[in-house]
Amino acid sequence: MTDTELVIPPSGNAPVTRVPVRADTSVGRVRSALTSRAASLVALVIGVLWTIPTAGIFIQSFRPKTGQDSAGWWHGGPFTLDFYRQLTTGLHGNNASSLLPYITNSLAIVIPAAIIPMAVAAMAAYALVWIDFKGRDWIFVAIFALQVVPLQVAAVPLLRFVVSGWHVGSTTIVPTLGLAGTVGAVWLAHACFALPLAVFLMHNFMSEIPKDILEAARIDGASHGQIFRTVMLPLLRPALAAFGIFQFLWVWNDLFVGSVMSGGSDTISPITVKINNLIGATSGAGGEVLPAAAFISIVVPLIVFLSLQRFFVRGLLAGSVKG
Amino acid sequence: MAEVQYVEATRLYPGNPVAAVNRLNLDVADGEFMVLVGPSGSGKSTALRMLAGLEDVNEGEIRIGGNDVSQKPPKDRDIAMVFQNYALYPHMSVGENMGFALKLKGVGKEERAAKVLAAAKLLDLEKYLERKPKALSGGQRQRVAMGRAIVREPSVFLMDEPLSNLDAKLRVETRANIAALQARLGTTTLYVTHDQVEAMTMGDRVALLKDGILQQVDTPRNLYDRPGNAFVAGFIGSPAMNLVKVPVSDAGAQLGNLTVPLRAGTAAAVRAEGLKEIILGVRPESFTASESGNGLRVKANLVEELGADAFVYGELPGQKTIDTGDDGGAKPFVVRFDGRIPPKIGNEISLDVRTEETHAFHPDSGERIGD
Repeated sequence: MTDTELVIPPSGNAPVTRVPVRADTSVGRVRSALTSRAASLVALVIGVLWTIPTAGIFIQSFRPKTGQDSAGWWHGGPFTLDFYRQLTTGLHGNNASSLLPYITNSLAIVIPAAIIPMAVAAMAAYALVWIDFKGRDWIFVAIFALQVVPLQVAAVPLLRFVVSGWHVGSTTIVPTLGLAGTVGAVWLAHACFALPLAVFLMHNFMSEIPKDILEAARIDGASHGQIFRTVMLPLLRPALAAFGIFQFLWVWNDLFVGSVMSGGSDTISPITVKINNLIGATSGAGGEVLPAAAFISIVVPLIVFLSLQRFFVRGLLAGSVKG
Repeated sequence: MAEVQYVEATRLYPGNPVAAVNRLNLDVADGEFMVLVGPSGSGKSTALRMLAGLEDVNEGEIRIGGNDVSQKPPKDRDIAMVFQNYALYPHMSVGENMGFALKLKGVGKEERAAKVLAAAKLLDLEKYLERKPKALSGGQRQRVAMGRAIVREPSVFLMDEPLSNLDAKLRVETRANIAALQARLGTTTLYVTHDQVEAMTMGDRVALLKDGILQQVDTPRNLYDRPGNAFVAGFIGSPAMNLVKVPVSDAGAQLGNLTVPLRAGTAAAVRAEGLKEIILGVRPESFTASESGNGLRVKANLVEELGADAFVYGELPGQKTIDTGDDGGAKPFVVRFDGRIPPKIGNEISLDVRTEETHAFHPDSGERIGD
């Protein structure tokens, strides 16, 4: 508190008026910590280091198989667009390895797989935060505790549930839902695995909304449904956007759930499964197209991230800094 | 337009045996401005929220316009509420905030806009209808919160400390505006505050609560002139009334070196009960500088000069002033002096007491004795 930005000179015996410098406020502290010169340098170095592998793959994706086989990417040319042609429009009339249909498949998986948990989690969080019922704290803890269940452990039981429903002995508790081999199975799996984190995020964000606002809406005559739609959802937008982007990127890059739940069907497999199949499982043949395939697959998430990144940052910081 | 009745209304919080609001009986007439006042934890806000439907009524009932509403949800009570933090919807413009309740009620767009505009005119908010609450000053936000209540034309207004987030100057202005607006609209209003100045200046009647129990309901004048018990006496008035436990004899109450004669009714009641001591209450302004010099001697420990008045904070030798507030400790003895002739700090002053302005309270129960 010794440093001052502005000192108003005292007249008479009035005490000196000290205006706090920016660094004294909490927002200011965060800001000045982020604008320090050394920190910028460190961030720059980290950024460059992290970009090198990506840049390497990018260069590699333009080098023909002979170049890739004989020397590392830093040796440079000659360059070719053949791999990109092969993976999109097709090369020499052969478009068997085109990734374009799989981009559509991936979009058909990713968009619902992001929206379903967003919608369910927002409603669950509303109930857990604003509706007073017995055991709601325990339910919240239990939901969050499900985070510890590894995806890989739950995948097979979930697949069995999708294929044949849920039976205890000979008693059927949930009948076969007919989701096996459909894109619905993939949505269900992604939504299930995303929900614990989604509910947790929405719950924390929602509990920072002042209770007065909810009470004002109740007195204004709104039902829970109306409060949720007209008051809470608009206020949740930053949190929903942040989670939605997270989930979008995570699901887009997922290979495991996609390959287990899609059952290898060409009509629903996501792009990651297709890319995985481009390379021979034992021979490694076809590996030369992978760099180009990787770049094609990141085009969509890149667009999403760049166009929505302001929501992303805002949503992650929401509530952590007052001001 | 409707009258409000609390009938033995009680609020119990689970796990707490002491009722937050204990058997409250209160009648608010149609069009009346009723202020609920009390220290923090007195249950005044809880009582208001019970009427709003935000708190359960565990026993008794609450009636609006003669109908029991205790078990009805807020929206079926025809009330509007102004919150301490205004509770404006941050994502809606001022106009949308004010029209939200009408929209939910299914009022058409044009009628809604007309009503919002009328309320905005009343509150001088027309220029801000398109703005978000974030872009308004505290006073403007407060007016939007008022506007949101007015637009609905409810039968009862509820206000929960609506001025406590404003700065002192704006609070005084807004205080007068709210009182004038209420008089103009003629809507029954319940107003919660912890500030006894607000209570005295705004209310047609004031209900004073302490620990969930109603202490007294009366006009501000009567509350000031005839407090029903020692707590009310100590709470209403600033600086507070001096309350001193004094021995009493046939000649009167022994305050310091002075024997203060009791009024006939009080003296009779004291005799009838055979009391040896009473709590004597004297307001700071019921003293005058003694001309004879034989008055009550008080040592001036601190003098506060306010221009027109000077308040002398002193002590009575051998007697302690009672604080009826939370801590129950001793308080200084306060005397109002003419601001032009303040005593010096450390001097002893001599005072006459206007005996017709003294109050007597029971030493144990604190109830008023006599008339």
